[in-house]
Amino acid sequence: MASASLQNRNRRVGAYALLGALAMLGLGYASVPLYRLFCQVTGFNGTTQRATDADAAQTKVSPITVSVRFDGNLDRNMPWDFKPLQVTQTVHLGARSLAAYSARNLSDQPITGRASFNVEPDTAGKYFKKIECFCFTEQTLQPGQEVRMPVSYYVDPAILDDPDGKDIEQITLSYTFHEDRTVAQAASKPLDQAANPR
Amino acid sequence: MATTAETFQAHGDAHDHAHDHDHKPGFFARWFMSTNHKDIGTLYLIFAIVAGIIGGAVSGLMRLELEQPGIQYLTIWATWFDGKPAEMNAALHLWNVLITAHGLIMVFFMVMPAMIGGFGNWFVPLMIGAPDMAFPRMNNISFWLTVAGFCSLMFSAFVPGDTSGYGAGIGWTAYAPLATYGSSGPAVDFAIFSLHLAGAGSIMGAINFITTIFNMRAPGMTLHKMPLFVWSMLVTAFLLLLSLPVLAAAITMLLTDRNFGTTFFDASGGGDPVLYQHPFWVFGHPEVYIMILPGFGIISQIISTFSKKPVFGYLGMAYAMVAIGVVGFIVWAHHMYTTGLSVNTKMYFTAATMVIAVPTGIKIFSWLATMWGGSVSFKAPMVWAMGFIFLFTVGGVTGVVLSNGGIDDNLQDTYYVVAHFHYVLSLGAVTALFAGFYYWFPKMSGRMYSELLAQVHFWIFFVGVNLIFFPMHFLGMQGMPRLYPDYPAAFEHWNQVATTGYMIMAVSTLIFFVNIAYSFVAGRKAEGNYWGEGATTLEWTLSSPPPFHQFETLPVIEDAAHH
Repeated sequence: MASASLQNRNRRVGAYALLGALAMLGLGYASVPLYRLFCQVTGFNGTTQRATDADAAQTKVSPITVSVRFDGNLDRNMPWDFKPLQVTQTVHLGARSLAAYSARNLSDQPITGRASFNVEPDTAGKYFKKIECFCFTEQTLQPGQEVRMPVSYYVDPAILDDPDGKDIEQITLSYTFHEDRTVAQAASKPLDQAANPR
Repeated sequence: MATTAETFQAHGDAHDHAHDHDHKPGFFARWFMSTNHKDIGTLYLIFAIVAGIIGGAVSGLMRLELEQPGIQYLTIWATWFDGKPAEMNAALHLWNVLITAHGLIMVFFMVMPAMIGGFGNWFVPLMIGAPDMAFPRMNNISFWLTVAGFCSLMFSAFVPGDTSGYGAGIGWTAYAPLATYGSSGPAVDFAIFSLHLAGAGSIMGAINFITTIFNMRAPGMTLHKMPLFVWSMLVTAFLLLLSLPVLAAAITMLLTDRNFGTTFFDASGGGDPVLYQHPFWVFGHPEVYIMILPGFGIISQIISTFSKKPVFGYLGMAYAMVAIGVVGFIVWAHHMYTTGLSVNTKMYFTAATMVIAVPTGIKIFSWLATMWGGSVSFKAPMVWAMGFIFLFTVGGVTGVVLSNGGIDDNLQDTYYVVAHFHYVLSLGAVTALFAGFYYWFPKMSGRMYSELLAQVHFWIFFVGVNLIFFPMHFLGMQGMPRLYPDYPAAFEHWNQVATTGYMIMAVSTLIFFVNIAYSFVAGRKAEGNYWGEGATTLEWTLSSPPPFHQFETLPVIEDAAHH
């Protein structure tokens, strides 16, 4: 039989090891917000940046222009029509610009959508600043409803100082609309309760 | 509960009074409530062999289907499996189920239980001169959690996986969105739950090994005098302890995404499916070292024993394993080169991955240097160990090829990758397991096996597995994608060769079972140290099989006794 002191030492080492395992479990969960934070801060993989009106006002407009191409996609089974209203825009670096997409709900039910977004090339993500965008919040369209969805943005002139960014002539801004399943579930609940009053 | 505990204690006291050194409990108490590290090790080995037969049979079904282009058998099997005439969708779903079952069974229920639960439990306490593991009761829980996990996985085959059929068809990686809204049925929940159970069991096992190795070494056995197998188990235990919780977090997120409306991996709720791959491979890459490091340890013991020399560069060998373990945690994204990583990120992961070849090379060359100038005897374990070195090196070299981000763009998800990881795991890890089995089986059972059958087993196995997997390099280079049941006729030849290789390998496995049966029926009784002067670790100072309780007086390690 193990002596009492050995048993105590065993329990202590065992507890430390368990603590290590729990810490890694916590880290596994922490990876979710960390991953998001990492993408937002670094513009990793073409994650676009958010800016305020004040940021936009402070940015100097450069004589150099860049072309911005717009792209709109739909998730599989998303019964909307979604397309950009302009194919490209040529903008001055640092100048605030406005582009728009149009979206129409083709189904006979209200549908809440959420847009995921990306720019190409990836290195431009850090410099593509959105001031206002329909992608910041979820969008609900009634059956048959058609709306114009604006996005207000500028391209940071700091891109000229980046060796990987200075030669970029065209940036593609792409959106994909997904149906927000969580909203769909929440919306269907009151109906069920109404049908079965207790 | 209280009465039960008292009864048991009374029972234990009675034994103490009897002072019967080797008195074993009755059958049920011994095998179902076991706290003895050797009995639990035996249970793990039996469990791993059963799981290996099932997982190996599943791969046989897949090789049969792949023998010719087109779908020959899947529709028939799916009809039989689902109990209704199967459409093509059901046949393809069955294929995914087979792939998932093969991967999960072989990784979690064959290699891991055999290496860690089986040989680890048996020989870590013996080699460090400890009477048992630090937490014998927890050791028992670890084993039965693994069994429960296996049952959960088997059960998943009998509930719907998605609309096209029974079973979980999500691959061993369970990527989102296939494993979230891509597979609606409860089979996937059972498969994920089986990983939770097996993972919890393995984490407990890891805590047990770490505590045992740190606290229960015999007087005089410093860390730097531990046999290399114990070193390998220590590093493996740390890898398990730190990587499995990350998997647990990731698959718990999968479960809540599936059942409770969270959207961790669903873009429609602001999540990201690629996010799943990060925690999965943060676990998954250390996991491949978890499967091979104990094999390194086994091979080191065997090479040293049969060269009648201490291992060349002992400290380098020990710290090479530590280095592999540490670097193994920071290379995970080399499994994700095609998910849109930037060039700089790929450059880092390429370089970091290639760095692992350095400590691995130290190990390979140290094994060769141990044999060099040694008095080598080519007994079965040694032949298997040398086979391991060859096969593992082939797999390691293709690993260096695949670690290049640029080349991987071309080769990812082709049969080249299948060839690579089967050379290191199916051939490397499994060869190490057979080597360890022949090395220690007489120690565990007290009976010698037939040397002739063990040699024949090796040569047929060696030819068979090389025939299965070497042609897969060619298929992959020519662009045959993995994970499909069908392929263009141009790939037929090498697929036929691979299927023939499978049959040869299956025959060799039969010889293995005949050999086990032979040793129990007609095998010679094994002495305490049946390998002679080369076998210097502590398990050889005991009888074969060792007494039920060993080292009640702790052995003292003299300064010059080891290394």
